[in-house]
This record gives sequence, structure tokens and C-alpha cells, in this order.
Amino acid sequence: MTTEFTPVASAIGGAMIGLSAVLLMAFHGRIAGISGIGARLFPPYRDSKLAERLVFILGLVAAPGLYAVVNGAAAPMNISGSTGVLIAAGLLAGFGSVLGNGCTSGHGICGLSRLSVRSLVAVVVFMLTAIVTVYIVRHVIGG
Amino acid sequence: MRFVTQLLIGLLFGMGLVISGMSNPDKVLNFLDVAAISTGGWDPSLIFVMGGGVVVTFIGYRLLDARARPLLAERFEWPTLTTIDAPLVAGAVIFGLGWGLGGFCPGPAFTALGTFAPGAFVFGGAMLMGMFAAWQWRSRGVRDV
Repeated sequence: MTTEFTPVASAIGGAMIGLSAVLLMAFHGRIAGISGIGARLFPPYRDSKLAERLVFILGLVAAPGLYAVVNGAAAPMNISGSTGVLIAAGLLAGFGSVLGNGCTSGHGICGLSRLSVRSLVAVVVFMLTAIVTVYIVRHVIGG
Repeated sequence: MRFVTQLLIGLLFGMGLVISGMSNPDKVLNFLDVAAISTGGWDPSLIFVMGGGVVVTFIGYRLLDARARPLLAERFEWPTLTTIDAPLVAGAVIFGLGWGLGGFCPGPAFTALGTFAPGAFVFGGAMLMGMFAAWQWRSRGVRDV
């Protein structure tokens, strides 16, 4: 399904994500890496902040509802993958982001903002891999 | 207080994901589909998400450099790793595969649960299993980004 080019909304949304990352460091001293926050829900990691991480994730989950109330309509969202593809995709995205210590937020927003070469390498590698994956799915297999 | 700020900061992050379009897998996949440039189907919006996010975070992090400690925690836990090693690259490849297949990365996957779309629960459940597996795999040494 085609989507509309939305540079202004996307830049505003991106700035909100960035502000959230800055506030998480300012208040809680933590990098806003969602894969890291997700992984630290699980043992053997233990500290006193499990409930805080769950509350942060609750905030993420509450966002579409708040958006729909304020906006009067839900934001467009279309999941086009089959159940089998979504299971494979979820396993890979979860495993890879934790193995590689970060995803689009931890490496992409926070790491690049810290001028981390390590994060830059991760971002280039996962962007290129994702672009090749979409090319194969849409134009080689699906073409 | 710590729970209030965590909730509001998470909510701000999630609203950013929704408003930017990151939480819509179709938009993500259309961004990654650079071969569609020639047919007009490419949606470059997400470059602006990255741009807006990095500019604000770059400036904000620098402002924090002048501060001794966070407002509600003992210390700033900045990542310390700088090595470019096999887990980093292999993890990025595996993550890129999953992102390109499903159109969800971890933040939007959590946010999408709030829409109650069945596919979001399928992806989210699988993602948590994948995170758990990788976490056990590398649990001999806890490392940060």
C-alpha cells in the first residue's frame, strides 16, 4: 500500500523521539534504546528498575490511544505481512537487536547523536540489510 | 515521581513514533523500498524522523554534559563500548532482516500493541522471544550500546 510523503510530521515526530531520549538521560541517566529496555525485562539481568522499564513501555503502548483521542481518528497503520512472516520477522528483529546491542533507537538516534562509530557501523549494516531484504521480498520474490 | 516521568517519557517517545509514521509498517517498508524510486512508490519521510531525532538528541546530550548527575538517578549511564566486533555486525544483519521483513523495529512494535491489531501481537510476541533468546546467549557479560 502506498503511503504519503510526510516530511513535516515525520520531522516533528522524530524531534519528539529525540526529546524523549534526552529526557530519559536527563531524569534517569539511561540511553533510550528500546531493544536494551526490552532485553532488560528478562533474567538474568537484575536491578531495582524493572518496574520503571515496564512503565516506560506502558507509555509506548498508550501512545496510539492518546493519539486517537486527541486527533479524533487513529493514525494510519497497516501490517501487510502474513502470520508466518511476522513471526519470523519478530524473532529476527528481537534476536538481532539484542545481539547487536541496539536498534533504530539505541544505535540510530542515541548512538549517532553521540557520534559513536560503533553505532554508525550498526546503522549502516542494518539499513543496507533491510533495504536488500525489502528488495528481495518485493521485487525478486514478489515481482 | 520516577514512575510518572518514565510513563510520560515513554508516552512522548510513542507519540513521536505514531506522528512520524514509524509505527506504520507500510510506511517503513515503503521507505526501505528504494527500488520504487523509479515508480514513485518510495516514501522518504523516515529520513526526516532520523534527522529530527538526531538533531534534538545531539543538542540535548551536549547540554547534559554540563550536569553532574541525572535528576532522578545516581549517574549518567553512557555506553562505554567502542569495539566493532562480530556480535555488533551479525546482530545488525539479523535485525535488518527482521526489520525489512516485518516493517517493525522494537519501539514501534511495542507501540503497535496499543492499536490491538492482531499482527502487532504476533510480531511483538515473537520479538520478545527473540530478545529473550539473544539475552540468554550473551548473558555471560552484560554490555550496553
